[in-house]
Amino acid sequence: MMDMPKSDLTAPTRMTGGLRPRNETPMIPKNSISGRALVAVVAIMTFLASLTTGAVMLVRASASEWQSDVAREVTIQVRPAPGRDLDAATATAAGIARAFPGIAEVRPYSKEESARLLEPWLGTGLTLDELPVPRLIVAKLAPDAAPDLAQLRKIVGEQVPGASLDDHRGWIDRMGTMAATAVAAGIGILVLMFAATMLSVAFATRGAMAANRPVIEVLHFVGAKDGYIAGLFQRHFLLLGLKGGVLGGGAALLLFAFAGLFSGWFVGNASVSQATALFGSFSIGTTGYISVGSQIVLIAVVTAWTSRQTVNRTLETID
Amino acid sequence: MVRFENVGLRYGLGPEVLRDLTFRVEPHSFQFLTGPSGAGKTSLLRLLFLSIKPTRGLITQFGHDVATLGKDALATLRRRIGIVFQDFRLLDHMTTYENVALPFRVMGRHEDSYRDEVIELLNWVGLGERMWALPPVLSGGEKQRAAIARAVIARPQLLLADEPTGNVDPSLAQRLLRLFIELNKSGTSVIIATHDIALMDQYDARRLVLHDGRLHVYD
Repeated sequence: MMDMPKSDLTAPTRMTGGLRPRNETPMIPKNSISGRALVAVVAIMTFLASLTTGAVMLVRASASEWQSDVAREVTIQVRPAPGRDLDAATATAAGIARAFPGIAEVRPYSKEESARLLEPWLGTGLTLDELPVPRLIVAKLAPDAAPDLAQLRKIVGEQVPGASLDDHRGWIDRMGTMAATAVAAGIGILVLMFAATMLSVAFATRGAMAANRPVIEVLHFVGAKDGYIAGLFQRHFLLLGLKGGVLGGGAALLLFAFAGLFSGWFVGNASVSQATALFGSFSIGTTGYISVGSQIVLIAVVTAWTSRQTVNRTLETID
Repeated sequence: MVRFENVGLRYGLGPEVLRDLTFRVEPHSFQFLTGPSGAGKTSLLRLLFLSIKPTRGLITQFGHDVATLGKDALATLRRRIGIVFQDFRLLDHMTTYENVALPFRVMGRHEDSYRDEVIELLNWVGLGERMWALPPVLSGGEKQRAAIARAVIARPQLLLADEPTGNVDPSLAQRLLRLFIELNKSGTSVIIATHDIALMDQYDARRLVLHDGRLHVYD
């Protein structure tokens, strides 16, 4: 057997600059992953998803506010008829309502008030005596009370000819349906956005894995388990997802904060008032901010998870 | 340590590239694996390295039937094997030190526990002053030594080398052979795949000769 002179292969033990080497380089080269493009995609998706969430919350809150306002009131309408004393019938109906348990306040509309209600359609200076205009009685329900409105409707119908009770059920149902449709549409949009984000991440991960195939092979050769390799990619994509999520979600939060301030500055302006009537105060509130914050975390987690699944699937094909 | 019994290998629906291979690799042994180009040396190395599974026959490594092992168990077993590729397979974005330290990093060991060991080995293979260098600036011989250092840093029980002298001049080839012999003396079983007859003539060792997919063993 041949002797091996160690001097052949042995170099001086001096180290450059007296520094001790360290593992500083990430195993997956950063520039091998199309990071900026993916961050931009995730940021845009998070921004749109946050806007959708905010809009849905605004609509839902406004609808719920309208519903609760309207649901706490019932209207009794007394229709005129030849020979009917409308004032007496109105007073009787109001008396029945007042005496009914669970009714907190009853306010019959006077002739003048009824005329004002018709002003937008019929103009001013109207003499109601010439027209068969029904009279209205607004009854507010007592807080936390659940009066038997069917019974009240029956009594009013029996005791006051030409009177009927409207609990606005049809309108409330339509409002509820509209709010539910808005929420469902919002959830549908969110699902599509998450799906688009996951697909983008899957493509980016596949691209990154193709670019890093030699690295993955070497890691396999030195005994790395699939979970370890997947973890490397997952960590990288989690950071990218967080970065994109913070950028997109942060922009959306700023926009909501600005919209809240903006609507505050222009109180009284006609268009702002219309928008406020529709969407409420334009503030998504603490719950909204928490939702958008959670969305940022969720999108980062989804990004990391998608990347891990893609890596696992690709590793199956490598071996 | 390694036992092959009637092992056959084919890729897809193609012909068998390895046929009825039956042999053992004993602990602390040294052998050359040789044969003409296309004889199946690299395929046999891949079987030995657990990177592919045979289409028939039995392979046991370190007492385990490899056919019954899952992916994670195979990865754990692979840590007991070092491999040196003809094309080095160093990671170009990592320094020589980081490349050599890679097996420890993958095992999850703390760097303080192996840094001195890596530096010592780099010095031993003559790369002490090149540990900060990236592979693209290393010479062919330096890359080869870095690849060998990475293969042996975790003290594998079996070292596989695929044409380790294919890219180097005869003088360096001789030095690398000495390095493998030293590793074998320290307890590692070595299999060197080569068709360099001059290299094999320099050291009297067992020869595994592959021809037409069949193996002939010359002790």
